[in-house]
Amino acid sequence: MELIESREIAAPRDQVWAALLDAEVLKTCVPGCETMEGSASEGFTAEVVQKVGPVKARFKGAVTISDVVEGQSCTLSGEGKGGAAGFAKGEARVTLADSETGTLLSYEVNAKVGGKLAQLGSRLIDGFARKMADQFFERFQATVEGPAADEDQQDDAAPDEGGEKKGWLKRVISS
Amino acid sequence: MPKDSGIGASSKRREDVRFLTGNGNYTDDININGQTYAHFIRSDVAHGTINSINTAAAEAMDGVIKVFTAADFAAAGGIPCGWQITDRDGNAMQEPKHPILAEGKVRHVGDPIAVVVAETLEAARDAAEAVEIDIDELPAVIDMKAALDDGATKVHDDLTSNLCFDWGFVEENREAVDAAFAEAAHVTSLDLVNNRLVANPMEPRVAIGDYNRSDDEYTLYTTSQNPHVIRLLMGAFVLSIPEHKLRVVAPDVGGGFGSKIYHYAEEAFCTFAAKVLNRPVKWTSTRAEAFVSDAHGRDHVTKIELALDADNKFTAIRTETYANMGAYLSTFAPAIPTWLHGTLMAGNYTTPLIYVNVKAVFTNTVPVDAYRGAGRPEATFQLERVIDKAARELGVDPAELRRQNFIKPDQFPYATPVAVEYDTGDYDATLDKVLELGDYNGFAARAAESAANGKLRGIGLANYIEACGIAPSNLVGQLGARAGLYESAKVRVNATGSISVFTGSHSHGQGHETTFAQVVADMIGLPEDQIDIVHGDTSKVPMGMGTYGSRSLAVGGSAMVRATEKIINKAKKIAAHLMEAAEDDIELKDGQFSVAGTDKSVAWGDVTLAAYVPHNYPLEDIEPGLEETAFYDPANFTYPSGSYLCEVEVDPDTGTVDVVAFTAADDFGNVINPMIVEGQVQGGLAQGIGQALRESAVYDDNGQLLSGSFMDYAMPRADDLPNLVVDHSSCTPCTHNPLGVKGCGEAGAIGSPPAVVNAVLDALNRAGHKVDHIDMPVSPARVWAAMNS
Repeated sequence: MELIESREIAAPRDQVWAALLDAEVLKTCVPGCETMEGSASEGFTAEVVQKVGPVKARFKGAVTISDVVEGQSCTLSGEGKGGAAGFAKGEARVTLADSETGTLLSYEVNAKVGGKLAQLGSRLIDGFARKMADQFFERFQATVEGPAADEDQQDDAAPDEGGEKKGWLKRVISS
Repeated sequence: MPKDSGIGASSKRREDVRFLTGNGNYTDDININGQTYAHFIRSDVAHGTINSINTAAAEAMDGVIKVFTAADFAAAGGIPCGWQITDRDGNAMQEPKHPILAEGKVRHVGDPIAVVVAETLEAARDAAEAVEIDIDELPAVIDMKAALDDGATKVHDDLTSNLCFDWGFVEENREAVDAAFAEAAHVTSLDLVNNRLVANPMEPRVAIGDYNRSDDEYTLYTTSQNPHVIRLLMGAFVLSIPEHKLRVVAPDVGGGFGSKIYHYAEEAFCTFAAKVLNRPVKWTSTRAEAFVSDAHGRDHVTKIELALDADNKFTAIRTETYANMGAYLSTFAPAIPTWLHGTLMAGNYTTPLIYVNVKAVFTNTVPVDAYRGAGRPEATFQLERVIDKAARELGVDPAELRRQNFIKPDQFPYATPVAVEYDTGDYDATLDKVLELGDYNGFAARAAESAANGKLRGIGLANYIEACGIAPSNLVGQLGARAGLYESAKVRVNATGSISVFTGSHSHGQGHETTFAQVVADMIGLPEDQIDIVHGDTSKVPMGMGTYGSRSLAVGGSAMVRATEKIINKAKKIAAHLMEAAEDDIELKDGQFSVAGTDKSVAWGDVTLAAYVPHNYPLEDIEPGLEETAFYDPANFTYPSGSYLCEVEVDPDTGTVDVVAFTAADDFGNVINPMIVEGQVQGGLAQGIGQALRESAVYDDNGQLLSGSFMDYAMPRADDLPNLVVDHSSCTPCTHNPLGVKGCGEAGAIGSPPAVVNAVLDALNRAGHKVDHIDMPVSPARVWAAMNS
């Protein structure tokens, strides 16, 4: 599946760029992420717990950052193995550009699954990948923009699981 | 008046007493003291190189006994293929090794890589998570035509390409066929797909291996349609175990539809591991595993062309088919798109020239093999679809175009241009019958009624012929079979007159325990309950080639008749001695031996008792006892045929297809049990309608099976089916087997898909939509798209 989206972030481009390469920020923003270790230059290892339709699994895998054009664009690639559940792979090509409100973040996402995930959840994958990407960049935006923006968002966002978690993570990071 | 017992009676299925009360004994019901549990770790990528497998952490876990990998099977053979095809150039097909566990590469999602054996199934599954397997994913080969491109990724690095074989049939006819097309008054051509199916029997596969160290004997309990074939293939080719040390038992089996014919890696694994561990090893497939490890069916992509002369007589047929073999050659895979498909391309018609080209292709998908009908549904679908299209192009009635080209009753035996000789048939009779029962002439009124309800009604016809009762061993040997295709039966008459029949035909839904008993009861004149049918155990039954290709009654039943005839002949000798009469004067009727023209008689039980208590017995002429064995090798295939009529309503807004009427008129030759035959046809129709409207195994470009569960793989349901009208009153008995029977197991699945698709296209074209073809499954989305393109 492929997904092309963009979103406005009310923060300067260099701040957005720095956040994109930060393990703590990534850990905060990847939905279901339990651990994220490493660095942008050497790659990260991560554990993510996710549920796709009937299949729930703990994915152990790696996140690498490649095709880096400093301050402008990079590719975030993740590959996770979920044991009996199969595997999930995805990459997001992220591009930053200055805009009136701060930074325009554009992303193209490719996702691929295999094993039981594909066998049982194939028709759910597109929606799932879209949700994962949306949540990631929503959280990313909230993290970068800081508490004020978060409160704004909470006003009009439904208090779903992602929203609650985002608020909690935001408080941890901003404290 | 219908009979209440013996041949022709609708005797109730005796096996249903245990099935309906939960007392069946299926393989998974078997548990052996000390049994261990196997969990297979399967590839979740379609194609990849195995860099490493680390089992240490898993083997250290509680309850884990051993983790097996390909390295443990270095001395074992690969899973053999039972049929070799010779290609157009006279070369043998490309035949890759099919290892028990993946060696170096994985080639389809579901390919087994390692097996954890543990004290419990839970421990085995948990430990599987700790087995570290490092695989570099390779590009997946999925599309058959792309697989044959120069430079395409190869499924098997040691083969020259992904082409298993390129088969031409009849190769010598090719030029004449091309010439006939050049001269044709009309040519109709059609590109179509015969969709890939998953058999999905109710009972998933199970295997239990057991080894007895004290006498070096192995037992495999398995969900098989042919335990003797498994013993032969696994014993001789995979594990090198001689027959007398290997017993294979297939107890109650909950449906097969072809998918349980083949020898599978799990069977060899459990048998092998039982000896290594000196403990029984049990594996039970999950439904998810079944989707990616049971052989699939169909998956042909075909271009068919039909040439007609100015009088609408068929003059030639030319086809080109790509047949998916999957990643490895399953047991009978190469025979399906060739000898079970090309030889049926004449159908019920007098087409004088036929050329069939089949390219069999390896892809990174589950192996493909026979599924109910096997090759014959693919042939029938092409033929009946292209004829329907020709009728529309020519503006003639599709029933009449077919009838005009029928082989007529006085033309039998009829030698087709595709190497088979139909012994008997009457295609006008079944066509007349189906048009009458289905009220073909009253269609317009029903269509008007549907139109008043806002629905588009269509009617579709299809004829079929199939070659069943496979087959003469000497013939199939020439065609590349690596086995004989006879059947055996042993009839044991006990001292008190009851009878045990040991048949090589396996029953897994067909009702042999009832119908076979009816035959023997009829021959001797005994109540059916005096006869028991024993099958499915190589230690009890002399030999068996198994149940597939609608062969049980035609071949297995014939062997049983031959053995029973030997019994009767011997019993007459004993009766003649007891009554001091000449053997030639002895008659057997209703279980009584009598001397012709006298009132002397002796009961069946007195004769059988004499055989085992031979005090007054012709010991100088015959041996005591009453037990006979016969092997029967048929002289020809049998050729059941029939005509099917389907009516559908299409919702013009949604494209939803509703099968509102279905009529089947079959000629199965003689019928032993009409009720069971009707049930067999109904089941076949359900599967055929399922193929036409619902079922499809779909792979994505990466080789992931997208319709890999019942959430996405749509099995036909009761409410998809109308009341099925089934008739088998047309009867031209088979001329070469003693019962005059032809076989009925696959007919429904062969004849129904084209009838359904023809009906849908009829509905659309009547409504003014110029649609030539819709591929199966004819889903609402496809119908809607066809109407709105």
